[in-house]
Amino acid sequence: MSANGSGIGASVKRKEDQRFLTGRGRYTDDINLPGQLYGYILRSPVAHANIGGIDTSAAMAAPGVHAVFTGKDMEGVGSIPTGWLIHSKDGSPMVEPPHPALAIGKVRYAGDCVAIVVAETKRQAKAAANLVDVDYQELPAVASIEAAEADGAAQVFDEAPGNVCYDWEVGDKGATDAAFEGAAHVVSIDVVNNRLVPNAIEPRAAIANFDPATDEYTLYTTSQNPHLIRLLLGAFVLGLPEHKLRIIAPDVGGGFGSKIPHYAEEAILTWTAGQLGRPVKWTCERIDAFKSDTHGRDHISTAKLALDADGKFLGLHVSTKANLGAYLSTFATCVPTYLYGILFAGPYTTPAVYCEVKSFFTNTVPVDALRGAGRPEATYLLERLVDKAAVELGMDRVEIRRQNFIREFPYQTPVALQYDQGDYDATLDLALDASDWAGFEARRAEAAARGKCRGIGISTFIEACGIAPSAVVGSLGARAGLYESGSVRVHPTGSVSVFTGTHSHGQGHETTFAQIVSDMLGVDFAAVDVVHGDSAKIPFGMGTYGSRSLAVGGTAIYLAVEKVIEKGKKIAAHLLEASVEDIEFENGSFTVAGTDRSTSLGDVALTAYVPHNYPEGLEPGLEETAFYDPLNFTFPAGTHVAEVEVDPETGEVDVVAVTGADDVGRIINPMIVAGQLHGGLAHGIGQALLEDCIYQDDGQLATGSYLDYTMPRAADLPSFNINHNTTLCTHNPLGAKGVGEVGSIGIPPAVINAVIDALRPLGVNDMTMPATSQRVWQAIQQAQG
Amino acid sequence: MPTVTMTVNGMERSGNVEDRTLLVDFLREHLGLTGTHVGCDTSQCGACVVHVNGTSVKSCTCLAAQADGAEVTTIEGLANGTELHPMQEAFREHHGLQCGFCTPGMVMSAVDLANRNPDPSEHEVREWLEGNLCRCTGYHNIVEAVRAGAQAMGGGS
Repeated sequence: MSANGSGIGASVKRKEDQRFLTGRGRYTDDINLPGQLYGYILRSPVAHANIGGIDTSAAMAAPGVHAVFTGKDMEGVGSIPTGWLIHSKDGSPMVEPPHPALAIGKVRYAGDCVAIVVAETKRQAKAAANLVDVDYQELPAVASIEAAEADGAAQVFDEAPGNVCYDWEVGDKGATDAAFEGAAHVVSIDVVNNRLVPNAIEPRAAIANFDPATDEYTLYTTSQNPHLIRLLLGAFVLGLPEHKLRIIAPDVGGGFGSKIPHYAEEAILTWTAGQLGRPVKWTCERIDAFKSDTHGRDHISTAKLALDADGKFLGLHVSTKANLGAYLSTFATCVPTYLYGILFAGPYTTPAVYCEVKSFFTNTVPVDALRGAGRPEATYLLERLVDKAAVELGMDRVEIRRQNFIREFPYQTPVALQYDQGDYDATLDLALDASDWAGFEARRAEAAARGKCRGIGISTFIEACGIAPSAVVGSLGARAGLYESGSVRVHPTGSVSVFTGTHSHGQGHETTFAQIVSDMLGVDFAAVDVVHGDSAKIPFGMGTYGSRSLAVGGTAIYLAVEKVIEKGKKIAAHLLEASVEDIEFENGSFTVAGTDRSTSLGDVALTAYVPHNYPEGLEPGLEETAFYDPLNFTFPAGTHVAEVEVDPETGEVDVVAVTGADDVGRIINPMIVAGQLHGGLAHGIGQALLEDCIYQDDGQLATGSYLDYTMPRAADLPSFNINHNTTLCTHNPLGAKGVGEVGSIGIPPAVINAVIDALRPLGVNDMTMPATSQRVWQAIQQAQG
Repeated sequence: MPTVTMTVNGMERSGNVEDRTLLVDFLREHLGLTGTHVGCDTSQCGACVVHVNGTSVKSCTCLAAQADGAEVTTIEGLANGTELHPMQEAFREHHGLQCGFCTPGMVMSAVDLANRNPDPSEHEVREWLEGNLCRCTGYHNIVEAVRAGAQAMGGGS
């Protein structure tokens, strides 16, 4: 593999861009089907209530209305399922209450689906929804972890006493406790990981259709994983076989985890289309997106680190409480467990690690994956704690990290993971150099002369991507495999269609995957098209999340190309009258080794489809599919440095420099990789400084619009300094690790460590995310007494 | 229902609309110009930015009736056939888009900036884009694209 003009390693301009830049993208809301009706989802305005009754008669009589359905109408339909069964410390399974698509008897969060009103137009449906009379008999709500675990707290589900879903653990508690007994130092920290709203800019939407001629349902939906939706919606909710349910996720305007879950609206729409025999379209308004798209994070943790006299880590103990919201969303239960607790070795040799997580139901929007999903929460806690240890022990913040780095691979952590490869010193050195860490004190002094408090912060981290292998995740409670499929179809005249089970909603798969195939087959980049997002076109797939697309999906494509080449060699051997073992393939040509006798891939492809002169016993055609189930997670790693200036008069934090030094494995397209890093960094800085999803005690969402929830804007962010040191993943042929979540995992603790570093001279030693100007100003006032 | 008539991307277009019809709904639903997107309901995200008489406008905050008689340009009307407008080309060249959803509004907003300021600084671009949200790019490449696009437009188009 070599970096030619459009091959692996080249910053090829994206295939996707022409349509997106000219307004010809095809997002779900851009699609209209003949005879389509419009659905409006009526949501609960209260967080917790018994439903005394629902009177739909006035709505039914409203102009243009075709139907109003409530939970009672859908009573025979299955519960919205969750994808991961977690077991508690005592071996008992988690509490898994039902999640009816339309509420039955009770609503459990402000935003819970109560009814669908279907009308000729969007406006008629929305207007009629106002006429649905629901008798909400309000109940006390629990809108936070603290409220959920309080004595006498309201119960979200009768079957979940104390609102506890599970009480999970990982690691050796005895060994960890023992590590603390002999420790020279113990450093403790309490942290909150603030709740976030994912806020992909495209709101969710769906169009469902039922074709009585074929008995086939089609659902267009804004999903990161159409086959997963087909599995959950078909097999678990509506009882439809796969061949009668087609899921299409066309162009999707960002996901960030919020378009992984199988949502109630998908089931409601599909069922309704079947009832009415007409297509039904629904587009979420932003105000409803805030209270129905899954939220992210929302942890409260306490942790302690045991160190010897020299600052060597001996043991780490973490206790976390996680908010799961009102119902168990698709990946809700595994995010605070198998994507969180197993990260706590970080890049360090800490010999004993223990993490326990108690997860709670609350009367809030369900919580699920959000860019990083568990790994940002773990990294934030660990890197805040390590910084605190350095300060308390009077050690250099860089050296305490360096002296605890893992340097021998493979490395078995005390919390299940085995890291295959990495070079943490290299990314640390690169980041220190690129950020001019050594020159910081001069910049601090210069800022001080301007009346500003300047600080610098660092985090060194690993992440675990491409959750795998299937047998292992299955043993841990996953209800699906986590492999990927790729198909490569070489057409008779030599162009290529590639079919992937991953889904691109901004990641540029149509470009990256085409680069791999073009490079491997020696075919023009322009002659390779990548197809994704349609369960009728793609053999199977698990979709895109957890930075898995290249490492898992790209590898499946790689293996399919290898199969194509293997078959091509048989055809070429026949054409060249040579033995298969003597055929070599390079740059699009099959050559008899040691000779100048060759034939092109194009000739081989044509021969495969016009097999007049063809090897005996070989099937015609040139198309191969591979399913790839990885041997292990991949382990991107890196160092992030943030530099901030705080105005002590106003508390305003200005991020003045951000440096990333990352090891994301093999880079196929450096331009796209940089873009992924930028986006993740912005998301992480948003969490650190701006974004906060706040519920009132009564379960009303206080930050329910872009006017109230602070999204990072261009002027809030600096340009980013991105650097790479690459070690290759050892267990996939591409050497790929993953990049989509790196920024949101690595940067939040670096930013907060920088804010604390800036304010330490003023006596401020702690900071909670988001470090808003109000919060920073108050901290300064308190410290100054 | 009243009739509105406007020149959209160089062609005269008319439609009968309710008084309350927003310009964005007229463009998307009546004219089928779905390149203009809707990302919010509080006039914050800027995915719906179009040009009305040469000035960038959030089409979710403008009634179709207000644009009666106006010249409206949407993202579909920016390129010259298959040849991208310099700002579109700059977004492609600098990877100023990922999922593409905020892109039409970003590009239309950027063209208006470039028409006013042929050589905007990084700071000026970031301040100008206050009304356009992007969740994918972290704005880094958008800022580079807008500056390059403005240069390529050569001081206004």
